[in-house]
Amino acid sequence: MKKTVIVCFVSVLVCGCVVIGCSPPDGHNSNNVATKNSVHVTIKNKGSDTIVNLAQAWAEKYTSVSRTASVEVSGGGSGTGVAALINGTVDIANCSRQIKPKELEQATQNTGKVPQEFIVGYDALAVYVHPDTPIDKITIPQLAEIYGEGGKITKWSHLGIQNSACPSDEIIRISRQSNSGTYFYFREALLGENRDFRIGSLDLHGSKDVVEVIGRTPCAIGYSGMGYATSHVKMLAIATDEDASYYAPTLENVLAKSYPIARPLYMYSLGEPVGEIKAYLDWILSTEGQKIVQKLGFVPVENN
Amino acid sequence: MFTETPIDRRKQLTERVVRIFLLVVTSVMIIPLLLIIGYLLYKAIPVLSFEFLFSNPRDNMRAGGIWAPFLGTIYLVVVSLLVSAPIGVFAAVYLNEYARESWFTRVTNLAVVNLAGVPSIVHALFGVGAFVLFAGLGESILAASLTLAIMTLPVIIASTTEALKAVPMSFREACWNLGATRWQTIRRIVIPNSISGILTGVILQVSRAAGETAPIMFTGAVFYKTIAEGNLFAYNITEQCMALSLHLFTISTQVPDVTEGTPHGTAIVLVGSVLLVNAAAIVLRVYLRTRKKW
Amino acid sequence: MNILRKKSKANLPFSETVIELFIRLCGISSIIFVFGIFFFVFREGAGFLFNGLNLTEFLTSVEWQPTSLNNKRYGAFALIVGTFSVTALAMCIAVPFGLGAAIFVSEFCSPKLRETFKIVIELLAAIPSVVWGFIGLTLMNQLIIQVFNAPIGLTMLNGGIMLALMSVPIIVSIAEDALKAVPDSYREAAEALGATRWQVIYRVLLPAAKNGLLAAVLLGAARSIGETMAVLMATGHSVNIPSGPLSWIRTLTATIAAELGEVARGDEHYQVLFIIGILLFTITFVVNLIADLVIKGIRQE
Repeated sequence: MKKTVIVCFVSVLVCGCVVIGCSPPDGHNSNNVATKNSVHVTIKNKGSDTIVNLAQAWAEKYTSVSRTASVEVSGGGSGTGVAALINGTVDIANCSRQIKPKELEQATQNTGKVPQEFIVGYDALAVYVHPDTPIDKITIPQLAEIYGEGGKITKWSHLGIQNSACPSDEIIRISRQSNSGTYFYFREALLGENRDFRIGSLDLHGSKDVVEVIGRTPCAIGYSGMGYATSHVKMLAIATDEDASYYAPTLENVLAKSYPIARPLYMYSLGEPVGEIKAYLDWILSTEGQKIVQKLGFVPVENN
Repeated sequence: MFTETPIDRRKQLTERVVRIFLLVVTSVMIIPLLLIIGYLLYKAIPVLSFEFLFSNPRDNMRAGGIWAPFLGTIYLVVVSLLVSAPIGVFAAVYLNEYARESWFTRVTNLAVVNLAGVPSIVHALFGVGAFVLFAGLGESILAASLTLAIMTLPVIIASTTEALKAVPMSFREACWNLGATRWQTIRRIVIPNSISGILTGVILQVSRAAGETAPIMFTGAVFYKTIAEGNLFAYNITEQCMALSLHLFTISTQVPDVTEGTPHGTAIVLVGSVLLVNAAAIVLRVYLRTRKKW
Repeated sequence: MNILRKKSKANLPFSETVIELFIRLCGISSIIFVFGIFFFVFREGAGFLFNGLNLTEFLTSVEWQPTSLNNKRYGAFALIVGTFSVTALAMCIAVPFGLGAAIFVSEFCSPKLRETFKIVIELLAAIPSVVWGFIGLTLMNQLIIQVFNAPIGLTMLNGGIMLALMSVPIIVSIAEDALKAVPDSYREAAEALGATRWQVIYRVLLPAAKNGLLAAVLLGAARSIGETMAVLMATGHSVNIPSGPLSWIRTLTATIAAELGEVARGDEHYQVLFIIGILLFTITFVVNLIADLVIKGIRQE
């Protein structure tokens, strides 16, 4: 009996060794066993949480397009992508903001290659509230007073509305963790570079989380990509100030550049892309790739 | 002398009340366990199938199965096991068979206890600092597994020590008297006689490693990666992988419009595998206890 | 096991010497790893800790603005308060249940029932923290909204319940060990004096085992302080000094988990996250040390 147990133990270990041993250590993905091609390339793609779902959708679709490359996607935020680009550990970095000159220089210095910029789509940040909140439009200065440090609007009644669904009248601010590209962009759009967000907001981890929490919370206001809208939330029309006209976050308004909080989405490659990476980026910018952009609620580039 | 007085009656009443109260308190702990499994299963039933387990996430991770994260978790667990099992078992052998009672053993034991108490996120920081950056492994299955291995090491050490202690001293003495060396005694007598207990610890390590999220988030697990379905060797340990626990986190916080039930399905597979593995350890332990001849 | 030493080392074959060396190396591995953890975490954060970080601000300010463009502030006070308040709440729930269950299992149960309970507790301990987080995010969130009529269910209470469920198994198992360690002669002596079981427990067992019970509570608290995924998902993750169980908070661990992925290596913010790591490591190390001393204290008595 003891022998059987020992044999079991050894065979588990051996199986483990075989699993490890069978993976070729030379950096090529062992998918080449399954696909008949001799060389199989893994493209490393990392960065913005805003783009991560899109990047994932591209990666998924790309497996049926290319038999020679597969794409590895991770999120974590624009900062992560740029950091990885600087360290030279990714092939393509996703970024929901433009790379800073300092970062560009660092990357060039560290890796000897100049990052190349590609605009792969546009994202409009929508301001979400619970459908029961009796409000349809809001101005940027009002949002700044809600979110900014020292802001004066803390109750729904300060906005001049009677939010009967929210008995405490307190505005619950939903935000994102402080390093996400979405957070950076929204802060810049609202407050410029000199003011910070007030602490005490709920800093949720994902764009989807924001929308889901708002969908359950009549007191809440929050921001997230317009692609994340569900039937449980309401998007507000936005105006740059009280006298300007309000624009709803729709495809047309974003394309016409009249919606005030929309931004381009970037991908950066290390140096001029070649080979499989070039093929992948070309495919992303093709009609087929851009169809996915639209399908996910973002705004495609080529219609511009 | 033995007639019941009011005091006796009151005593008995308190006794009964206390007993019932404590029973309720204890039973309350069973409820969340059943509730969680029940809730997850109820929500997950529409998606659970063999296909769910053996197909990749699909449609922008909104639907499809969990093959890639499932396989990733297996890789992480197996690699971490290969590292922590030998180190953990030998560490316990050292503590139990070699070391003398001294301040040094005391410190070592304290280190084991403390290693078990280090928060998982601090292990993650350590993994980033030591394996990803210092050792230059980059974010990879290897780096993540090593982090998990160190994190789960105390589990193996503790249960192996327990198992070794259960082997009677007389067994060892008999062996030494036959002229065997220390290592021969350990290899021929001590380890074979405690192998089930050692295995229990190893199994518990598996369940612990499979469930962890924080230590692998920054050391090797990715949001998404396509791999060949049904191919057991689809990952390479120098690359990153998906993992069940992180997959549950991302689809429940980051991916919009996930098919109802998919996160619950992922959770039930994770909980199910962990509990099954634990149950195996329990069965092994009970079996061991009944088999013991000394 | 001094008897082991009797073998003279000179006669050992070479292979045996190598094996012994390996075993010794493994034996001290935990010490190496504990120091390694401290060293590597310290190494990444040390630069900013000694040169630039305002420690007073770090420990007393609530202004956590690590990504401000002009005025970066690293005040972790709210995070520290968050960690300790959610832990305290979790202990308020877990300690009565944990100790109650430990007393029941050790004093009132038939052996068979005891085994069953212990297995249940073990299985409860095995549920991964991300699953608890998921339950907090979905089931418990809804429940708190409905029961307390709260605007949002992702609160300190939610996180506290999750943490309580995660630390109860530890409390039960250590407390049960402590109760078992009380010699039966104590129980018998008390019973011989006519004490009921409850009196035995209340007057004899609890005082006798109080160190072990304290250690159980401490280790349960250490577990709660170090827990990450569940609090990240269930507490609302808001830099906020809590005013009650229904306010949302953010903990030290969750802050690292949420922000580490997004900072560039070597950045001040990156280093501050490692400094938080050092802080967490120190807190749990001290708590574990105290618990260990408390337990050892009983053994020596």
